[in-house]
Amino acid sequence: MTQSSIRMGVDIGGTFTDVVLEVGEEQFSTKVLTTYAAPENAIIDGMQQVCQLADVQPSDIGQIIHGTTLATNALIERRGAKTALITTQGFRDVIEMRTESRFEQYDLNLTIPEPLLPRQQRFILNERVDAQGNALIPLAREDVEALIDSIKDAGYESIAVGLLHSYLNPAHEQLVREVLADKMPDAMVSLSCEVSPQMREYERFNTVVANAYIKPLMKSYLGRLEGQLKQQGVDCSIFLMHSGGGIISIESAAEFPVRLVESGPAGGAVFAANIAARYGLDKVLSFDMGGTTAKICLIKNQTPKTSRVFEVARTYRFKKGSGMPISIPVIDMVEIGAGGGSLAHVDAMRQIRVGPESAGSEPGPACYGRGGERPAVTDADLVLGKLDPDNFAGGSIQLHTDNSKAALETVLGNTLDMDALTAAYGLAEVVDENMANAARVHAVENGEDLADYTMIAFGGAAPLHAGRLCEKLGVDRLLVPAGAGVGSAIGFLRAPFSFEANRSVYMRLSDFQPNVIRQLLTDLETEATKFVRSCDADAEIISEYKAYMRYSGQGWELPIALNKAQALDPDATVFRQLFEADYISLFGRAVEGMDIEITVWAVNATTPTELVEPVEVLTGSGEAAGNKTDVSPASAEMSLAEKKRTRTLFDPALGNSVEATVVLRHDLQDGQLVEGPAVITEDETTIVLPSSRQAIRQSDGCIDVRTKS
Amino acid sequence: MSNGTANQASTVAYQVMWNRLISVVEEQAQALIRTAFSTSVREAGDLSAGVYDTQGRMLAQAVTGTPGHVNAMADAVGHFIRRIGYENMFEGDVYITNDPWEGTGHLHDITVVTPSFHNGKHVGFFGCTAHIVDIGGRGFGADANSIYEEGLYIPIMKFAERGEFDKTLQMIIRGNVREPDQAMGDMYALATCNEVGHHRLVEMMEEFGLENLSGIAAFILENSHIATVERIAALNNAEADGEMRIDGYSKPIDLKVHLEIKDDHILCDFAGTSGLDKKGINVPLVYTQAYACYALKCAIAPEIPNNAASLAPFKITAPENSIVNALHPAPVALRHVIGHMLPDAVYNALDKILPNTVPAEGAGTLCNFQVSVRPRTDEQAPPEAVRAEVLTFNSGGSGARPSVDGMNATAFPSGVMTMPVEATEHTGPVIIWRKELREDSGGSGKLRGGLGQHMEISAREGHEFDFSAMLDRVDHPAHGRQGGQSGAPTVIKRSDGSIMKGKGKQFVPHGQRVIMAFPGGGGYGEASERDPELVKRDLARGYISSTTAKRDYGFSDQEIAAIVEAAQRGESI
Repeated sequence: MTQSSIRMGVDIGGTFTDVVLEVGEEQFSTKVLTTYAAPENAIIDGMQQVCQLADVQPSDIGQIIHGTTLATNALIERRGAKTALITTQGFRDVIEMRTESRFEQYDLNLTIPEPLLPRQQRFILNERVDAQGNALIPLAREDVEALIDSIKDAGYESIAVGLLHSYLNPAHEQLVREVLADKMPDAMVSLSCEVSPQMREYERFNTVVANAYIKPLMKSYLGRLEGQLKQQGVDCSIFLMHSGGGIISIESAAEFPVRLVESGPAGGAVFAANIAARYGLDKVLSFDMGGTTAKICLIKNQTPKTSRVFEVARTYRFKKGSGMPISIPVIDMVEIGAGGGSLAHVDAMRQIRVGPESAGSEPGPACYGRGGERPAVTDADLVLGKLDPDNFAGGSIQLHTDNSKAALETVLGNTLDMDALTAAYGLAEVVDENMANAARVHAVENGEDLADYTMIAFGGAAPLHAGRLCEKLGVDRLLVPAGAGVGSAIGFLRAPFSFEANRSVYMRLSDFQPNVIRQLLTDLETEATKFVRSCDADAEIISEYKAYMRYSGQGWELPIALNKAQALDPDATVFRQLFEADYISLFGRAVEGMDIEITVWAVNATTPTELVEPVEVLTGSGEAAGNKTDVSPASAEMSLAEKKRTRTLFDPALGNSVEATVVLRHDLQDGQLVEGPAVITEDETTIVLPSSRQAIRQSDGCIDVRTKS
Repeated sequence: MSNGTANQASTVAYQVMWNRLISVVEEQAQALIRTAFSTSVREAGDLSAGVYDTQGRMLAQAVTGTPGHVNAMADAVGHFIRRIGYENMFEGDVYITNDPWEGTGHLHDITVVTPSFHNGKHVGFFGCTAHIVDIGGRGFGADANSIYEEGLYIPIMKFAERGEFDKTLQMIIRGNVREPDQAMGDMYALATCNEVGHHRLVEMMEEFGLENLSGIAAFILENSHIATVERIAALNNAEADGEMRIDGYSKPIDLKVHLEIKDDHILCDFAGTSGLDKKGINVPLVYTQAYACYALKCAIAPEIPNNAASLAPFKITAPENSIVNALHPAPVALRHVIGHMLPDAVYNALDKILPNTVPAEGAGTLCNFQVSVRPRTDEQAPPEAVRAEVLTFNSGGSGARPSVDGMNATAFPSGVMTMPVEATEHTGPVIIWRKELREDSGGSGKLRGGLGQHMEISAREGHEFDFSAMLDRVDHPAHGRQGGQSGAPTVIKRSDGSIMKGKGKQFVPHGQRVIMAFPGGGGYGEASERDPELVKRDLARGYISSTTAKRDYGFSDQEIAAIVEAAQRGESI
């Protein structure tokens, strides 16, 4: 990492651009509205604001780390460049035919999402590589030249090349690039064997097409950003957050922009991982809830779980299969349509349903008083007493409880014969249950039991729901860190330089070839290290090795981590033991007498995550805030009695209303205890403490919520 | 809170529990996909999972999976209760069957049921079904003359008692199937997925302090019943007939449907439908019920989850030993070929009662084939030549809808996925040379039928193969609706030009390819009413040819030339 002590993290989100400036130990942050037409403007604006707050010059900044939803949005909104795909003869429609299935079984009017490129922008070459990597039909250079001559005047800015089995043998794709460089020197080129060298043509072709599609846009944006920053006097390296939770150089980002997809949420996971490290927690569930969605991620041993494929741009109620698959290394999270703005209705079974439709900011939930007539999660939160109508968003938005009640009664209460409070209770329980179910399924899919996990909650709506979620999941401890509102941008500053290289190479344990493995992993390591070196010439680089294994004949692999010795001195018996141990912990029993195969190999090169200062956990032996008039040891001068306020809060676990203490987060001192039921308020959010929980403020500003003993 | 707080509160709790049970069965299904060995389960999703009360009433069913198991799964547990008896059920038991009539329609579907105990008391059941690739006999295909040739039959029995798995049963299975490891792996995966469901159920019961499931069962069944009956009652009482002719194996088959909407239920009867076929395309009634019911539910009550009460108002009947109510010992291995056609037949009747709701006819049956590859026998085979069984699932086009075009190369009514070509080529020495959309195969109309697809396959150098075809619509393409035209029929031949049959095992010598064109869906409405912008788009994309644009949609040569030129410039139209 660079040595300058002033670093800036920038997260461009859908609504806000968050900027955090870290000067030594101190953080200065701001949120400015995202400027869609020229996103760099919001960054410059935000940078000026935080520099002013910190009283430093832009030229003092030593490093900028940037994450953005621009890549994701360009894919969702189809705002990419004019792009062509060159593919194998006979397979022109792979990206259009998808899995040939319907993601919703009961909708007779279902429409399948359109591919990124229409059919007339997809071209074929007479060539074929087989499943062993041999050229069954060698590619003739004249054929490539003839094809490119026929399309070169059509004005394509970007070309994707995706040929069958190119993850085994890239020669044909490379030949196409050569000819393109010769005949269409201005076109940007993306090869599937480089962007996503993995088996399964639909995922690989779609990924290379997505990369090509957004490449001109992202390259131009990154260029403008660099220029503008320079004009402002900034004279430091700019790095990009990638979806795998690490950072890469601006050049690598421009070459592989698809790796920037979901970089904001990845920053959130890194943020949570950093808090986990501070507290020495090995099992953490991060919970990020904003206005329209909630994201849940498992963080084990202070490292977010990663995956090789995920889906963007879901078109049908966030339903699995309704988006497009992108196969790149990515932090594995579940995202569901549950946020503060998610709207509720009653379905045919007289069941309350919440989301994924969202009220957005216009008209917003009914309580905003801007014409919203349907109840949103925020309306339920208000009626249940979780929010203070006079102090929402630091008092900048006046909330109208009557509107919320009316919406709840009209849409839910009248049908279900419930009053507004019960309807609010039902709505909140349904959305909390949806999130809890998503977390449970995600945990089970990963063979984890959430009972021994700690939750870390951030994002505007998360602290309102995290306490109840913990009750539902049997999670005994919850941390709500300071700066939760700009968590992703802070996360960027905690991310290491990293790059994961992977490749599909089949091998059975019964035909184990240690030399091939050694060579392959060494090659992948070299490739991954090269990317990290381009960011930092002398940092220590750690390599993490993984083999994706399954019983021969199964379709799902388990990622098995290998240490350096296991990777570079591979042994079949050890591989079997490692795999079976994981399999048993996931599914209960091993399958006897079955061969095991490895399908994908991966090496992640990363700089070490920065050492964190462990937090000395205060146990809150002091006095409870609000409940007693005595002063706590940590705040000898403060008497909360003066500030003691209560409000009525509905406690869903008890099924009735209780009187809850109201505490300002600002007023809490280190080690101070708050007994539930309580609400701890701050400008950006409110922490709801159910009757079953108590909270202690830790020395780093975290609110540490635990089950009462 | 107002009076009746307790009731209102428990309503909220029951809502939460219902959601939870649906999530439990989804998770049960996911566990199965992740641990299964057969491609049909893990890649294609040919499976089902559900939770039941002690009376065997299905409370929730995973939507992951395929509709073929809808009613079959709802009935299955009742058969297990009757055959095993409550008095013989113990904690740690696992039951199994592949009975086509008491399970899900053919020997290849293994159904596993596990009783769930909480605090020593029996509280319910978990059940699941999956299609395994081989169960012995002649192998998966249409060629058997009776069920006895189709493979090993496992009557409803205990797979495990009090946690002890039956070794004898396992030896018998292993000795009778072609891929014993894979078959046993799948059976254990089925048992495992029920266990996963059971653990989650117990957690839920502890959280809500439940002793049994009777309260939540009553809540689910009552609300589902009310919702379904409301939907049916909203329709006027009416009757209608529908029919459809398809290829069959030895002779064409007529599917005849009589629908009757009556107050709080719908009757669907198949009287008049053709009798049994000699070969294995006959359908046990459970499977007929599944697809007929699925079709009706999609059109009338799509969002109501499947359970005993939401399925009960759909009453499906058929005369004994018609092809849609085949009795033992009729051969039934490819019952899906006919079963997948039933929704189109049902819709031909329903369209007369509920206009502007159902799609035109589509490809219907999945375009599946199984390839048995072996070293060539006409000449010396190379030493590296091997044997392998390769099964693929593929789809034609679906029928056009009243307001949307049909879906290109997308399965309907089946819920399965295709396998990636790169993955298929790793499972055996085959090369798939072509898999892409079939121009001009969607029936013309105001809304166009979905396109079918082209496929070409051969064995690798040094191999020959048997090709087991499971295709229909060779002689009977999908008809359009409301003036829409028919989709293109199935075509299958060898690369040397020799004709192949749509069904049955056929030898393909060394060096030959099988060339297939899968059928398109029927169109909806008159072609002359089609939005010209959509015709332009279709022409630019090559969904239709210039000939079709001119003949069916009345485009002039100049218009066509302009569009073709724009498409060549890569313009998105």
